[in-house]
Amino acid sequence: MHTVHADVIIVGAGGAGLRAAIAVAQSDPALRVALVSKVYPMRSHTVAAEGGAAGVIKSPDTLDAHFNDTVSGGDWLCDQDAVEHFVEQAPKSLRQLEHWGCPWNRDDAGGVQVRSFGGMKHQRTWFAADKSGFHILHTLFQTSQQFPSIQRFDEVFALDLLCADGAVGGITALHMQSGEPIVFLARAVIIATGGAGRVFPFTTNGAIKTGDGMAMAYRAGVPLKDIEFVQYHPTGLPGTGILITEGARGEGGLLVNKDGYRYLQDYNLGPPEPHPRPKAMELGPRDRLSQAFWHEQRKGRTIKSAFGDVVHLDIRHLGEKVIDERLPMVRELARAYVGVDPVHAPIPIRPVVHYSMGGIDTNINAATQIDGLYAAGECACVSINGANRLGSNSLTEILVFGEQAGLHAAQHARTHPATAETQWQPAIAASFAAVHALLERPKSSETLVGLRSELHELMEGAAGIYREQATLREASDKVAVLRQRYRTLAIDDHSMVFNTQLFQALELGAMLDVGEAMVHAALARRESRGAHQRLDFPERDDQHFLHHSLVHYGGEQPPSLSTKPVTITRSPPAARVYGGATT
Amino acid sequence: MNAVSQASPSAGQGARIVTIDVLRYRPEQESTPSWQSYAVPCCEEWTVLDALNHIKDHLDGSLSYRWSCHMAVCGSCGMMVNGNPTLSCKAFMRDLPDRISIAPLANLGVIRDLVVQQNRLLDGLLAVKSWLIPRELPPRDDQYRQTPAQLAKYRPLTMCINCMLCYAACPQVALNEGYVGPAALALAQRYNLDSRDGGALERMQTTASDDGVWECTFIGECSEVCPKHVDPAGAIQQMKLASSLQWLAQRAPGGSSS
Repeated sequence: MHTVHADVIIVGAGGAGLRAAIAVAQSDPALRVALVSKVYPMRSHTVAAEGGAAGVIKSPDTLDAHFNDTVSGGDWLCDQDAVEHFVEQAPKSLRQLEHWGCPWNRDDAGGVQVRSFGGMKHQRTWFAADKSGFHILHTLFQTSQQFPSIQRFDEVFALDLLCADGAVGGITALHMQSGEPIVFLARAVIIATGGAGRVFPFTTNGAIKTGDGMAMAYRAGVPLKDIEFVQYHPTGLPGTGILITEGARGEGGLLVNKDGYRYLQDYNLGPPEPHPRPKAMELGPRDRLSQAFWHEQRKGRTIKSAFGDVVHLDIRHLGEKVIDERLPMVRELARAYVGVDPVHAPIPIRPVVHYSMGGIDTNINAATQIDGLYAAGECACVSINGANRLGSNSLTEILVFGEQAGLHAAQHARTHPATAETQWQPAIAASFAAVHALLERPKSSETLVGLRSELHELMEGAAGIYREQATLREASDKVAVLRQRYRTLAIDDHSMVFNTQLFQALELGAMLDVGEAMVHAALARRESRGAHQRLDFPERDDQHFLHHSLVHYGGEQPPSLSTKPVTITRSPPAARVYGGATT
Repeated sequence: MNAVSQASPSAGQGARIVTIDVLRYRPEQESTPSWQSYAVPCCEEWTVLDALNHIKDHLDGSLSYRWSCHMAVCGSCGMMVNGNPTLSCKAFMRDLPDRISIAPLANLGVIRDLVVQQNRLLDGLLAVKSWLIPRELPPRDDQYRQTPAQLAKYRPLTMCINCMLCYAACPQVALNEGYVGPAALALAQRYNLDSRDGGALERMQTTASDDGVWECTFIGECSEVCPKHVDPAGAIQQMKLASSLQWLAQRAPGGSSS
């Protein structure tokens, strides 16, 4: 075992983690940053984001408009003080990326171009073709290289937070290439590990998106907030779940059912103009579009495919030139993975699990209730996304709140004395003993694949686009049993060098914890709001449920729940209106 | 309940059995790599990565390889498929015969099975200063201006996903351990060509050094295998030219000879 002493530990080196690292390094080059990730930074899932990042840039757009779109898009579950900070900081954060070299698309005068996005009243989504996340991630990674105070620990798998008396002191981790245990000690820790889409079987999320950081904080006593809100993206490729960006609809793409009919007009999203007005039809929010698919399928108006029912996303009318200039990856992906060239034929698509609105409970400073522990990005819930995130707000979120986390963690590290390693010995020993037990357990009737498949089945069955009490209750019982069975899991591979089966088993532990929290929170929210739709409670119920859900880890017992008020500064809850009725 | 039921491809009846020979190396139990064969029932829609995942989930949990995005953008899953550097998530079983071989990317140290060292690329990216070195301070509260034509000059080189297929294809990477390498040089030129950047001379200390662009013998394999149509070979040729011009400029009357 070896020990690394740092001032700020960052777990996760995607967009939020890298942005936080740079913020620490720029604010105080004397602070030692340990940037810990289970993958090399450029493999992080920020890389797969496509459409762009929202930030007000030109009239007639206003910060108020971005605020209002975000709050109503989130079905009034957003904390409005956080949204105010977010929309104010967004243009500055995106401009900073421009100064670091991000290849944003440009207009003829040399300014940054913006495009339309779902649920947004004006064009405000900055984009780098349809590889915006890729370019943001690589720009941040490449920029981060010039700061010597940032020491990267690539392919180091974080295990547990070291916490005592309400304060954090470090983390335990495993070096993946050697299996060596590592202890990182620091006065501030930032979790930036992304989402947990892999809790579900059909997702746009990469293999690494297993909720590890959420589970670390949760096990350490920080509640998961609004974790029942899971976003289905309306346009994923059948079979693989590969994302086809909302930018395709932002540029004018249309959704049609088996009859070639633009079915969204039947779901309060019309009028079906040839190029939809903002916040209407194909430019509606993701929750409404995914729900509309569900209804179309029930009406028998979807199209059968080898990998489930689909509808069509048609971008042919944009023409080859526009498609190649603004949506080249859509074309590349559709050709490779479904054998369709969207210049000549519509793309088959279906809703797919994409994003977790909920996550580690943080305040506007990205701080958790544990002193010195911060979280930012998809793993956190600050909350600017409420019950439904608007497309292109999350790439901006990783920048705004990644920076926020870095600045506050740096300040915390400067003002709090280091703790002695000896203080943590029992916690360190317990953390590594648990891994050792899993690694050495000789035989079991439980398999990694078996448990993961059962979790997938019950999450999809109970916590999908529409939910109801009976299946959620059954799922909450079953997931408890799965967690119990997980404690006896054995793996085949007992080696130390790059044991991917061991890491998959550890990831499964996190997925079970997060999945259980999702099911319990979904069961308790007896209303329909944003991405959480209950067949048995079809209406939003502000009187009883205009609050954040908090799920508290229960160890071997089921989790407990509490609530927290939503911060409302200037936009009282109102009807959420899209289509022609939008003002 | 949920209409969007699981519909991922899975091998079923009628699947074609493909023999996949994998070059394995487990340093704790063997001193040299050895081949292991798996008979895998494959869907034609599968990629090579899907077949490997089938092996890991159902045939042999100890097989190690990296992967994440499954959409050819994270750059994790490069490997040799039938001897060619390939992104396994973008190589389809329908295009491959009944017997295929899979080996770790060539020219890079093997850690285990298909997992290879990445430090060659990481060290190169740092050495060439692959970040924006501003030509002038950014405008206050505004963006740098950059026209679509200026963007088009460097944009193709920004598409590098760091997958290292070009390192596996490059004979010079194999011959000279110090060679900076195609992807890192291409990313150096990406910044050199950016209208906001003024760091080309600074980068030349590495790119024009003995281990830089002059090591390249312009075989062009790097550009051939690139899954993102980046042209490292072309970028390196441009840098050779720039380096020669700089050398001449330093020696011209009134030049800053050193």
